[in-house]
Amino acid sequence: MKDLALLEDNAPKPGLWTQIAHPGLFLGWSRHLIVPLAVITAALAAWGLYLSFWGSPPDYQMGDTVRIMYVHVPAAWLSQFCYAVMFASAIGTLVWRHPMADVSQKAAAPLGAAFTLLALFTGSLWGRPTWGTFWEWDGRMTSTLVLLFIYLGIIALWRAFDDQLKAARFVSVVTLVGAINIPVIKFSVDWWQTLHQPASVIRLDGPTIAPEILIPLLVMTAAFSMLFLTLHLVRMRTEVIKRRIRSLELAAARAAAGGAL
Amino acid sequence: MRAFLAIVARDLRLGLRQGGDILTLVLFFVIVGTVLPFAIGPDRPQLARLAPAIVWVAALLAQLLSNERLFGSDFEDGSLAILRHAPLPLEMVVGAKMLAHWVLTALPIIAATPVLALMLGMEGETLLRAIGSLVLGTPALVAFGTVGAAVTVGLKRGGLVAPVLVLPLSLPVLIFGTGAMAPMVPGASGQALLLLAALGLVSVALVPFAAAMALRFAGE
Amino acid sequence: MPEAGLKVDDLCVARGGRPVLSGLGFALGPGEALEVRGPNGAGKSSLLMALAGLIAPEKGTIGWSGGGEAGESRALLHYLGHRAAVKPGLTLRENLTFWADALRGARDGVMPALAAAGLAAIADLDAGVLSAGQARRLALARLLAIRRPVWLLDEPTAALDKDGAGWAGTLVAAHLAGGGMAVIATHLDIAYGSGVSPRRLDLEGGA
Repeated sequence: MKDLALLEDNAPKPGLWTQIAHPGLFLGWSRHLIVPLAVITAALAAWGLYLSFWGSPPDYQMGDTVRIMYVHVPAAWLSQFCYAVMFASAIGTLVWRHPMADVSQKAAAPLGAAFTLLALFTGSLWGRPTWGTFWEWDGRMTSTLVLLFIYLGIIALWRAFDDQLKAARFVSVVTLVGAINIPVIKFSVDWWQTLHQPASVIRLDGPTIAPEILIPLLVMTAAFSMLFLTLHLVRMRTEVIKRRIRSLELAAARAAAGGAL
Repeated sequence: MRAFLAIVARDLRLGLRQGGDILTLVLFFVIVGTVLPFAIGPDRPQLARLAPAIVWVAALLAQLLSNERLFGSDFEDGSLAILRHAPLPLEMVVGAKMLAHWVLTALPIIAATPVLALMLGMEGETLLRAIGSLVLGTPALVAFGTVGAAVTVGLKRGGLVAPVLVLPLSLPVLIFGTGAMAPMVPGASGQALLLLAALGLVSVALVPFAAAMALRFAGE
Repeated sequence: MPEAGLKVDDLCVARGGRPVLSGLGFALGPGEALEVRGPNGAGKSSLLMALAGLIAPEKGTIGWSGGGEAGESRALLHYLGHRAAVKPGLTLRENLTFWADALRGARDGVMPALAAAGLAAIADLDAGVLSAGQARRLALARLLAIRRPVWLLDEPTAALDKDGAGWAGTLVAAHLAGGGMAVIATHLDIAYGSGVSPRRLDLEGGA
């Protein structure tokens, strides 16, 4: 039981930082956040979906398929944002050795992979009418695919360790190396593309996005971001609880061993 | 410097005495390079066109296979713990081991490239560029492999995870490496070689810090 | 050989998230030894690893003196863990010469050390042929070949026969007589010879 006592009662003074960062207190305050966050997410999603389907015009060129963008762009944004969260948490793990940074890192990885997969999936759905094929070796799509592989590799590394406390530090090293390398990968993929098929793809970006497209896009992006926040918090709570169960089991095993001696 | 050279010399000596490993690695490289034509077909012009890709994929896979032994035996027999008490930082220990590893794995592959090139119908100039791109690109491959080896060093199940981590990270090396041999766009080849050299320098300079960090954690 | 001092204060060490040592404190000076006893899992090895700088303590300080600049303890000490760090593929002599080079010792200490370990006759054989006891002797010979003031020994007599264990004991005694310092974790009694009585630290399981 000693571990739990350590987890629970070691807080010196419940300052703001301690309240945020202490695993036991985290479970306390985060409980009250989940429902409001979920409600905000649902409301934003409902508004955003309404705007996407009925509140915005079809594209003069692409027709209704342009609406895929309202899912694709936020998912693509989150695929990168999740990595940023993992990167920041990795620094927390390496510099401050903070257990909540470990938990945050671990919680963000599958979410990042899921949003990246969603971005790829919607991208290829969009690609079918636009390029005439589900998969085109387009620069952005290819970099996103490599990003997915990096996420999956990181998840695999997490799972390869029995001791999750130890795993966090090794994963942090990979996350840092990945963060430095992702821009290089992006650059190399773009370079590769210009080498093999100079300028062919239709791109939607550009500075002149009409407001009736921009507003649903922003609302959907907000909805996705809130969804991430909610899920991240839920997953972090699950992970903290899992670790507690684990330390309880360890304590029980040791108590039993002590009795046997 | 004496300690650095001692580590390089010891690893080289160990590698050369167990020379079988080097031969196996070269064999693997050549076999991968000759198996792919069986999948592609014996069409010589087509093979010649695909030759850069084949050479690089074979080199990448061979390098990937050899990374596990970079730290494995030193970790298991306790040498790594003692090297922590050497008068040189762990980052330099990693650097010394990377250098020896490059000599033991990359050089034999580069030396075997002409054989593969001959069979794939590579022209003289392309062969030179292939060797050049391998010389400039393999340090970066070794560097990324070192990260993979360091973060999985204490893992019993690390054998499969490391390649999955290392392959996506190595993608730029593959792109610039094959790009250096692709004569499609004028000027691209020289640009690719420059990028490859830059990538090699930066990764070889930064990786020892990341790998040493992981090895310190692994000591626990 | 430089002299060294060690002061440990309120040391807490955790492994795999559970505390194994807490509130440990002691001091050692030149010519002194500490023998760490206790059952399996009591934290003997963890203590040595923490002293060797291989694991970071949760709390507390490990202060070395005599190492010159702060943080230079790594050039002061020898750590002998469970694993002998003997490389098959190199001869015994090459094994020790490598450590002399890597740990910045003198190469001329190598042959006398091998002789003292009783391994001189097989100095040019491949280390792969050594028995566990011989590998242990070779590992102890490293401590002789490269002079360093602090020895951290984890079960130094493991795998050694009676003669070997006796030799290891006299090795420690001579080291102490020369002004050295040693921390020895063991669950066996070690005969150091007369006049040597290390201080004793008993660790109980479950800190």
